[in-house]
Parts: sequence; structure tokens; C-alpha cells
Amino acid sequence: MTGADTESMDVLRIEGISKRFGAIQANEGISMSLGRGEIVALLGENGAGKTTLMSILFGHYTPDAGRILIEGRELPLGKPRAAIRAGVGMVHQHFSLAPNLTVLENVMTGTESLLSPRLRSGAARARLLEIAGRFGLKVNPEARLGDLSVGEQQRVEILKALYNQARILILDEPTAVLTNIEAERLFATLREMARQGLSLIFISHKLDEVMAAANRIVVLRGGRVVAERRAADTSKAELAELMVGRQVVRPRREPSTPGAELLELRDVSLRESGIDRLRGIDLSLREGEVLGIIGVAGNGQVALARLLSGTARRTDGEMSLFGRPAGHPGVADLIGMGVGRIPEDRHREGAIGEMAVWENVVLEQIDAPGLARHGIVNRSGGMDLARRIITEFDVRGAGPATRTRLLSGGNMQKLILGRNLYRKPRILLAAQPARGLDEGAVAAVHARILAARSEGTAVLLISEDLDEVMALADRVQAMVGGRLSPPVDADHVDARRLGLMMAGEWAIAEEAANAS
Amino acid sequence: MRLERRETRPVALTLLAPLIAVAAALAMAGVLIAIAGAPVLTAYMRILTGAFGSRLSATETLVRATPLIFTGLAAAVAFRARLWNIGAEGQFYFGAIAVAAASSQTLSGLPGPILIPALLVVGAMAGMVLMLVPLWLRLRFSVDEVVTSLLLNFVAVLVVSMLIDGVLKDPMAFGWPQSQPVADQALLPKLVPRSRLHVGLVLAIVLAGAVHLLQSRTVFGLRSRAAGLNPSGAAFAGVQLGQTLFRVACLSGGLAGLAGAVEVMGVKGYVTTDLSPGYGYAGIVVAMLANLNPLGVVLAALFTATMFVGADSMSRELGIPSYIADVTVSLSLLSMLVAIFFTQYRIRR
Repeated sequence: MTGADTESMDVLRIEGISKRFGAIQANEGISMSLGRGEIVALLGENGAGKTTLMSILFGHYTPDAGRILIEGRELPLGKPRAAIRAGVGMVHQHFSLAPNLTVLENVMTGTESLLSPRLRSGAARARLLEIAGRFGLKVNPEARLGDLSVGEQQRVEILKALYNQARILILDEPTAVLTNIEAERLFATLREMARQGLSLIFISHKLDEVMAAANRIVVLRGGRVVAERRAADTSKAELAELMVGRQVVRPRREPSTPGAELLELRDVSLRESGIDRLRGIDLSLREGEVLGIIGVAGNGQVALARLLSGTARRTDGEMSLFGRPAGHPGVADLIGMGVGRIPEDRHREGAIGEMAVWENVVLEQIDAPGLARHGIVNRSGGMDLARRIITEFDVRGAGPATRTRLLSGGNMQKLILGRNLYRKPRILLAAQPARGLDEGAVAAVHARILAARSEGTAVLLISEDLDEVMALADRVQAMVGGRLSPPVDADHVDARRLGLMMAGEWAIAEEAANAS
Repeated sequence: MRLERRETRPVALTLLAPLIAVAAALAMAGVLIAIAGAPVLTAYMRILTGAFGSRLSATETLVRATPLIFTGLAAAVAFRARLWNIGAEGQFYFGAIAVAAASSQTLSGLPGPILIPALLVVGAMAGMVLMLVPLWLRLRFSVDEVVTSLLLNFVAVLVVSMLIDGVLKDPMAFGWPQSQPVADQALLPKLVPRSRLHVGLVLAIVLAGAVHLLQSRTVFGLRSRAAGLNPSGAAFAGVQLGQTLFRVACLSGGLAGLAGAVEVMGVKGYVTTDLSPGYGYAGIVVAMLANLNPLGVVLAALFTATMFVGADSMSRELGIPSYIADVTVSLSLLSMLVAIFFTQYRIRR
């Protein structure tokens, strides 16, 4: 489709949108357009105003100025219903689905009349499966949403939008929760949607995927459109500079010599509410190395992280910590022994949003000397500690008494990293540590993890991001269906072999490696 | 017009919220008073003089506020940790009947300075025991404690009714269903001579301060707040949810039980099934009015007691039903809920 064509048949025009939150000008005079069958990427760092703009389009916020035209007709602003009726569908970064309902019920929610005497679930089921089939989105309509992995939940969100007859689909950082392979599949789906006449906007701060998936790229910085490029006419380097306004260098891993074994799992299984989450895994982690666990979401990574965080117990197998057999260590035991933990979901587990920064710093280590005496919290001690972590780990936009909810994702993650790393843990468990962070924050988090490694910390990195694992890990194991592959040396493995490992084809991966 | 979440919660607005709520409630109740045919300002003046106009009325208002502080604290500590204890009424009766039983049956030989603290402990324990039932059901079977604690109120009153018509019945009460009286030396000392005001008020205020310190300064307070705000985050940080809720339940049930114990030992001297005009339920209103702040509970209890005592005398003088007190207190609760909402959200055009 040529540029002239798309302009003549704009499905969506955004004209001069401005929005201010308190002192922050989130959007300033933003204009852009979207043609039929076109994929436009909205590129920008966290805080550039991407999500605000899309929330305005979807009616979650009312802009201070500007207007939106859909197929030439002005959209009433601040009314999600009107947006849905006009054919706008949104796939949120933090899913807006009900975990206690089934996939089908989630998709149907909001589409059925309240006055209708019964749920027409038969017809809805057929329609859902038809849509799923048309776009190649595999889904089980009867599965309870809460039992699905994040990747699968995202599929449900997309299906829900399609079920609501969306013609314009907005995806807010759709790949933040996906593995590379899942992301590839998602982009194939998006291209198929575009081919069938849907128009898509996806929000991203990842250059690779923007280049790979979009026809056109709109770059936002500080709430303004700083550039608009056709994917064919630009480069990653140009986009990076436009987005950040400066150059970003990701840290590199230096060679290191691993020391003593600090953590060992032998034939460990974990069974939870009748489901085998872990099936006889073996793992060994040594001082001064990063062991990467890769895999597609929902293959047991959560159970492994919970086991090593002290919030779940293994049902079988042996575990030793620091060379000694470990029983079933709880959270306090692990922290006491010098284990640091970065949870997968920083909003749900990593921090308590409504509590102050300093309270989130002291909560998990309140038994440590100096933070509480005789059951009384040492408030000023906690504040001092929080202040130190804020300075040392460059947590921006917060004082010790700030409510943690107000921090951006990257700064919240730096806070969580800080409260673990300042203790100089001997083992660090990092589950998806850079998920959803922008370029600058990813670099900061990775640099911290590598710095801990060079000081002798043993790091277990659980990640779905292949690039992240390749950048940080010394050895890699793949997790599939609750099992772990044997470890491979990260310096002697290519993406193809990792792909085979993540698909569970360990023997083939081995052969391929030997053959080459 | 749309609602938007505020980035920060303005301190001034949070402090002003209860005052705005009360003012709004008084304005709305004023309409009702006007419809009933009485001059509104005069009616409110009568409520004020009825509640504080004389030594007698002032002490009566404080007598009324005392159990409300206890039950308000009981609700506030539980709600803070998202433990929905709606059973303060039943726990109140359990505390009261336990005191009557212990004092008349077993401990009556002890001297006052030992007996009074012992009975207070007994009353608190009885309230705790009753609260542990819904907690156990929640932790073991995930049964919603709103339902179980609420329904236990009726069970508790029926148990009390059975006891005061049976083993604990006062043989000297001309057949009226009331419990045997507590021993004379177990009655709480008066604060003001020739009034009903007793040291229970002091105990209530001291406990409000203690609960405030417990919540704001201690490890237990930090953990119970975390458990209430984000259970999975708290669990990740090593807070043992079951243990924390157990302690919160004991504290909450104990405070409600103490309310009953103090009411028996300070005011009545024996237990009847109309010992509480709904102190347990009113405690929930008091706690919400106070925005779950333990110190605010004292003020909210005072406001509620003022309305009830003052409205009685206003209704006698102006011929307006004293239900206007219930209406005003309920309206102030509703306004408070709206006000709390607006400390967190703002209206955008």
C-alpha cells in the first residue's frame, strides 16, 4: 500500500491532543493518522506519553485539547463505550480481565445485554473459536483465566477486542510479557490482521520489533511527536537516537571464574493443586556466575521462582544451599541466609503500592538488626536506609516517604534491586528483571546484575527474553513443561539451538551443536 | 464529566473529609427536620445543649461514647488488615456475659484491684474466642467472614438469652431475665461523683492511643497493614498471613469483648439482652467515620454519642422523632464514604 493510498483512506486521525497531569505535560499537541490495513508503531521511552495518548483514544482520559476522528466522524471523548462502538479495541499492558472467570466468560463480558434472560454462550463459543481460528490464536474457551500464562492471557485480550468487532486495535507494549518466539507469532498474527483489513497501533520501546512489524513509526519524546518515519526509510540507530535523544550502551559481560556451588537442586518436583509444576529438575548455581533459565511463559518458571523465594515448598527431591542440605526454607530463612529475590511481578509481589518507599524497603527484612527492636520499627533507620538506596541505585522521583505506587516501573524495579543488592546477597534470584522497562532502565538493571556477579554473587536469571539471557548468562538451561534441559555454555550457543531447547528438543539441539 | 485517580492524596483534604461529611449530613438532616415542622437551627442547638448543656447530660454523652470507642477500635483494627469483622455486637455480648459469669460464679471472692483487671481480661478473651470462629472458617475453608461474623451476632445474643434465663439467672430479679449482678468490688470506679461516668472512658482513650502506636510504630502494625493492602506482596515479603490475621482477629475481638465487659462493670452491673442498643454495629460506622484512624475513632464516637443523646432531648422538646439521630449518623457515614472517595479521585470535565 502506498503512502498516498493510506492518506486518502485514514481510519483514524488524531489532531492536536494535549493532556496535563498536575505538573506533567503528558501529551502536547499530538497529531497522527492511521490507514486501513496499516500497522503503526508508537515508539517512545516510558513516560514519553504513549500510554496516555492511547488511553485518551480509548476514552479512559479526557484530553485538555484536541479531537479524534474515526472514519471521518468525530469521536465523543472520554467515553470508552463510544470508542468501542466506533470499533476501537485495546489490549492493555496490565490486562483488564477477570482471573476468576473462564476465557469465554471474559470475552463475553460487556457484550451481552443485562436484560437478556440467558447467556447465549453456545453461539458466543462458536464465534470465539471461529475468530481464534481465523487469526491463528489458539485458546481453550473453558480454561479459567487465572490459570493461564501471561502470554495466553494476552491472546484472550486480543480475542476479546476482535470479538467486539474492533477495526482499530491498540496494543500497549504487547511484547513486554512475551518470549521472542511468542512475539514472532504475535507479529505474524498482527500482519495477518492487517492483511484482513484491520488497522493496528502498537506501543513499544523496542527497536527490533518496531522495525520488524510496523509499516510506519511515530516517535514520541516528552509528550510530543518528534519524528515520523516509514519503516523502510529508517534504521534502528536513527530511531534509537530519536527516541532517547542520546546514545544508550547496554552493559557487556566480562569473563569470570565461577567459585563454590551455592545452590543445588536434585530431582526437585513441585506439585500444586493437582498440577505438576516442576518435574524432577536438576540445577547447580555457583559463585560469580549467571545461570539463565529461558522458556516460554507457563512452563514452570513461576513455580521455580516461588520455590527459591520461599513462598512455595517442593514436594519431592533434594535442595542444598551454601553446601548444606536445606529443609523447606521460608522467606525469612532465605533472606537471613543471604538470598536476594526479585519477583516476576513487581506490582503484585515486589512492592505494596499504597505503602511508603521506606516501608517497602524494610518490610521483607524487618528482622534484620537495626531496623526493629523489641517489635518497634526503627522509622528513622528505615528512612535512612531508603534514602541510601534511592541515591545509590538512582531511584528517581521518590523520597523515602513517597507512596511506592507513584514510582515508574523502572524506578520501582531499581528500588527492589536496591533493597536486595545493598545487602550484598550471595545468591540473587531475578525473575524477568527487565520486563516492561525502557532502554535506559534495562541497561541500569543489567549493569547492576553484572556488577553483583563480578562481586561473587550467584545469579539465577529467569527470563523469557532471549536477548537478555544471551547478554547476561554464563550458562543457560531451558524450561519446558516443568522440566529443565541440561545446561549449555552461553558463549557456544546460537539462537537456533536455544529455540530448539525452548521447544523441548534437547537431544536434537545437542546433535545440531555437535554436527556444526 | 469523569473521575480520575489522584496522584497524591492531599493531606488537608484527608483531614477535612470527616468535617465536610458531618456538615453535609447535618445539612441533609436539616431538610428532614424542616419537613417535620421544626426550626432547624433551634433543633441543632437543642441537640447540642441536650448533649452537653448540663453536667448530667455531658456525662451521659461520655458514658454513651465509651463503648463506641471500644467497638469502633475493634472495627478499625480489623478493617485496616482487610479482616471484615462485622461481629462486634456478638463479641460485645460474649464479653459482657463472661464477666457476669466469672464475677458471680468463680472470682467473686477476689479484692477489687485484682478482680477488675482479671474480669477485663476475661471479657476480652470471650470476645476473642467468638471472633476466632469466623477467622478459622476463613483460613481453613475460605468462608467469607462478613457473613459468618455477622450471623454469629444472633447466635451470641441467643446464647446470652439462654444463660440469663437459665444458669446465670438472677433469682432476686422478680423473674425478669437478667444475669446475676457482678460483685460490688468489681464495679468500675466513677470518674465524676453522682453520675454514671466511669473510668472505662479513660481506658478506652488510652487504648485508642495504644492501638495507634501499635499500628504506626510496630512490626506487627507494618505487617498487618501490608497484609491488608496487598496479600501477595506481603506474603512475598515474608509476612505470614494466617498468623497476622490471627493476631488482628484477637485484637479486634478482644476490643469488642472489652466493650461489653466495661459496659457491665461500669454502667449496668448485670447483663440483659438489651445491654447494647447496637454498639457493635455503630462501631463500624464510627470506624468508617474515623477513616480507620484509632485516634479519629475517639472523636467519631463522641460525635455519634452526641447525636444520640442530644436527639433524645431535642425530640422531647420539639416533638420530632429521635430517629433523626439515626438518620444523621447514617447520613454522615454515607457522606464520609463519598468524602473518602474524593480524597482519592477528582472530577474532570
